Amino acid sequence: MKIDNSLPLEYSTGQNQANILGFWIFIGAEIMLFGTLFAAYFTLVDRTGNGPTGADIFEIAPLLIETFVLLTSSFTIGLAIHAMRLGKQKAMMAFLGITLLLGLVFLSVEIFEFNHFYHVGAGLQTSAFTAILLTTLGTHGGHVTFGLLWGTAIILQIRKRGLTPETANKSFIFSLYWHFLDVVWIFIFSFIYLKGLM
Amino acid sequence: MDYFDRFAVPHPSPAIYASMVAIGLTVIAIFAGLTYFKKWGYLWREWLTTVDHKRIGIMYLISALLMLFRGGADAIMMRAQLAAPENTLLDAQHYNEIFTTHGIVMIIFMAMPFIMAFMNFVVPLQIGARDVAFPRLNALSFWLFFMGAMLLNISFVVGGSPDAGWTSYFPLASNEFSESVGTNYYMFALQISGLGTLMTGINMITTILKMRAPGMTLMKMPMFTWSSLVANIIIVFAFPVLTVALLMGTMDRLFATNFFTTANGGMDMLWANFFWVWGHPEVYILILPAFGIYSEIISTFSRRNLYGYKSMVGSMVIISLLSFLVWTHHFFTMGQGALTNSIFSITTMAIAVPTGVKIFNWLFTLWKGKIVITTPMLYSLLFIPIFTIGGVTGVMLGMSAADYQYHNTMFLVAHFHMVIIPGVVFGMLAGLHYYWPKMFGFKLNDKIGKVEAWVISMSTLLAFMPMFFSGLDGQARRMYTYSESTGFGIYNMISMVGAVGLAIGFCLIVYNVYYSTRYASRDVGSDPWNARTLEWATHSPVPEYNFAMTPQVNSLEPFWDAKKRGHELFTGYYEKIHMPNNSGVPFILGCIFFAWGFSFIFGMWIPAIVTTIGIFACMAYRSFENDHGRYISVNEIQKTETSRGA
Repeated sequence: MKIDNSLPLEYSTGQNQANILGFWIFIGAEIMLFGTLFAAYFTLVDRTGNGPTGADIFEIAPLLIETFVLLTSSFTIGLAIHAMRLGKQKAMMAFLGITLLLGLVFLSVEIFEFNHFYHVGAGLQTSAFTAILLTTLGTHGGHVTFGLLWGTAIILQIRKRGLTPETANKSFIFSLYWHFLDVVWIFIFSFIYLKGLM
Repeated sequence: MDYFDRFAVPHPSPAIYASMVAIGLTVIAIFAGLTYFKKWGYLWREWLTTVDHKRIGIMYLISALLMLFRGGADAIMMRAQLAAPENTLLDAQHYNEIFTTHGIVMIIFMAMPFIMAFMNFVVPLQIGARDVAFPRLNALSFWLFFMGAMLLNISFVVGGSPDAGWTSYFPLASNEFSESVGTNYYMFALQISGLGTLMTGINMITTILKMRAPGMTLMKMPMFTWSSLVANIIIVFAFPVLTVALLMGTMDRLFATNFFTTANGGMDMLWANFFWVWGHPEVYILILPAFGIYSEIISTFSRRNLYGYKSMVGSMVIISLLSFLVWTHHFFTMGQGALTNSIFSITTMAIAVPTGVKIFNWLFTLWKGKIVITTPMLYSLLFIPIFTIGGVTGVMLGMSAADYQYHNTMFLVAHFHMVIIPGVVFGMLAGLHYYWPKMFGFKLNDKIGKVEAWVISMSTLLAFMPMFFSGLDGQARRMYTYSESTGFGIYNMISMVGAVGLAIGFCLIVYNVYYSTRYASRDVGSDPWNARTLEWATHSPVPEYNFAMTPQVNSLEPFWDAKKRGHELFTGYYEKIHMPNNSGVPFILGCIFFAWGFSFIFGMWIPAIVTTIGIFACMAYRSFENDHGRYISVNEIQKTETSRGA
């Protein structure tokens, strides 16, 4: 394996560069995935049947906490990658830990929110609108859950092996994933919640 | 239905019991054979755990050929049922299941793996690479595809096959109208193999963009590599749409949601739209790599460079964009109004333009070429006129006003068979004969090959031309019988003869493989066709590391230049080569996915949870594994190269 020291650690081998490009292409596929979910959402948003509409069930408080927490986590993972580039392993792991912690808070609030939806009569089977709402939010939440497991695995590996081209590469790719989830959340926030609350 | 009733065979017909016995005997024979000849270790080490793109390509090829016969058996049964009016060979339900599985098997489990076989085998060789960018992901792609295929194939003996058409339109595909677990099989088989296809898409794009030999710019790539790149870009953008549609359909069936229902706000047309937003690009995913293979073959056997390389590339890129803008033409009659229909009519007909450009480029390549008629070339030459018949009838169907006459008739069935068979199947069979010596080190017999090509192409015409007429006369597709007074009998009888002819043609291929394996000369060299691109610059069969030295490229046809113009393809000295290690994880993960799908299909929640954990465990294992691959030493390379006569 040839290591090119003129490049940042995460780009330093050919395999690493391929991994990063491959992951960008995967994000392209993810954009299509969420794009399709949004298309379905816009198609079904007014098809509420006998169930509630968005304005009936959306709550401001949990929404603001989720948004604040997730956007902050995107900032902290940026700091983690910055620390990684400076070679500061401890700072990097601390910021990665904070990111995951914020992710966990987001997830807990989202579970609380789902519980709230269920109690105000917006279950998965209620109407086409509730089904697509919960599926879209659930797909994003599922991605965050997967991210928590993935991030934990990366922290464990850095603890064991230190910052190598491999672990740096994994961390960088994980940060792309995490930022992407944030971008999706901005769309969910704007086009599902804000539009629904208006 | 009672819990255990769902596992029962839905059609207690002799044919299904016979297949059950046959499946059982085949499995026993395979196990007994492997044990008797002590081949378990060989199978595990050399095939099940392999990450070599060439072996994975060959496994795709074998699966595709098996599925060709599985889908072909369905086709024969359908044609036999329709051959005479008021025939009672199959009942309506059985017929529904057969036309559904015929469509799914032929598109997803025959045509897709066939193109994957050539992409895997040929693309890394054409660009002078050692392997694909992510070899282990590649193995996982294959096993996901394979397990998806197996899942669909056990459906007809365990619980019943899908019966709502390969398009599975809702509300027909809902629990209300499709009670058996068949449509669940559809959802999970397609979901699992679709995941594999998406991974292949990412893998191939990265490979082509990152791993080309020095000097090979994008506009110096061989045409098959270009077509694979474009097809894989379509895969990455089309398959997630299917993923979401299948997820929503699965939730409707398993968790009683209301996405595609007719109550509580559900919208059945949403499925039709999503299905075809994926489904139409899917057609081009299949046809573009076939076009790529034709380009390679026609150029090789015309003994000249491909005419209009840049316009070939341009037309493929235009096709890939337009392929996403035509999906509503599959349901012009389903109520979206005149304006929408007109727009999609125009985009549909526009696709004929870049396709026409490609046809003319092939004709101009033949023009003033020194044409050598071999089996692959014969397939390619037969493709052009037959495909054109299918193509122009497609333009007829694309006119939305006229489509009200053709919609859901046999005219449509005739059209898409007349494009897919000459377009994709002939292309893959041409590729099979063309790349066979590179894969196995001997040629398939040319005489038998030419008989195959003629039998298959003439039978295609015989089987599908009559459908244009019966379709215009009003014979609907997917109807299991018709009355004598309709006068469709004679057309369907001719089709039956054609179908038998096709079966004979495909059996001839098997005979050819058998005959050539026994009798063909092993002394064909590395370049039996006097070809032009890099894959022919290494030995046949190809050594594990593909090229002992990385080839240097300075033009479109580096190997031709090396032969005729003294271009130095390989310069320098041997260096140790880094290769990935084999791994059992992809195969095991594939098996777990099979069990996962099966658990969901039958709503067995405890196994579903266990297998889900198993999937994550495999991923975690892979993440924590510390595997840096291995090196092939210079000594070993020298030994291999000498033994191959370098």
